[in-house]
Amino acid sequence: MKWAVIVFPGSNCDHDCYYVLKDVLGQDVCYKWHKDTSLSGIDCVVLPGGFSYGDYLRCGAIARFSPIMNEVIRFANNGGIVIGICNGFQILLESGLLPGAMLRNESLRFICKDVYLSIENRETMFTKGVKGAKTERVLKMPIAHAEGNYFADKETLSNLQKNNQIVFRYCKPEMDDKGINSFTYTDNPNGSIDNIAGICNKKGNVLGMMPHPERAVEQILGGIDGRLIFESVIRQ
Amino acid sequence: MKKVKVFVTLKEGILDPQGLAIKHALESMDYEGIEDVRVGKYMELKFSGDIPEERLHQICDQVLSNPVIEDYRIEM
Repeated sequence: MKWAVIVFPGSNCDHDCYYVLKDVLGQDVCYKWHKDTSLSGIDCVVLPGGFSYGDYLRCGAIARFSPIMNEVIRFANNGGIVIGICNGFQILLESGLLPGAMLRNESLRFICKDVYLSIENRETMFTKGVKGAKTERVLKMPIAHAEGNYFADKETLSNLQKNNQIVFRYCKPEMDDKGINSFTYTDNPNGSIDNIAGICNKKGNVLGMMPHPERAVEQILGGIDGRLIFESVIRQ
Repeated sequence: MKKVKVFVTLKEGILDPQGLAIKHALESMDYEGIEDVRVGKYMELKFSGDIPEERLHQICDQVLSNPVIEDYRIEM
């Protein structure tokens, strides 16, 4: 697969995404600068985390109008695979490729910590191939954001639910001596509506998620659950 | 030159944690009777000449506000 990692002024997880794809998973990957205007030959686009354009106006609001985004929108509408992580998710919301918007975290704090995610839809290309996690239903990876409090109005939320577009929810695992055996929805780090941590579009080719899978790709980083999402896409 | 003022605020009913924190701070200082505090953004745009109102609304809808969570008000 040929991957492109988009680099905006202020992106800061671009190298991490490049690293997991190139060095950990042996993929063909290139960077695309925000002023680039072509994605020809690309199978999958990653919009990385960071603070594109300094988070001015609203997170992702300026990045959405950078030259490469017209091409990303066209690419996604033609069925190309797009993964937006953290600030990348915010850009997808601003660009209208995914519904809803981000609000400040309920606590008003920047939160940087490991969280647990339940896989709510196992039929997406991003989750279907998730194998090797302890439970195959609950993944652990970090979040690092101040605006990850997902909001959607009633109608949008009910459409997300109806169409199985909620891919990940924040959850609290219940442990026993063998590991995670079940979970509840009692943990919600940022106040997201319906515990939403990640959603996809109706067609299922665009994923946005606040947690950072690229920061959980090797044991030395504290876990490999994030890698499973990239591997799932590669297996398609 | 024409100056336009744009006020962007969170839609009614959308949680405003910043406003809430300010309200709590004011209450802790014994200011009474504050029902609600909402935080918004104020922007000034200067145009070299006249700008049709329709064009201004486009600017506000597409860029200056996010219609999913925000409302705006224009003052000429």
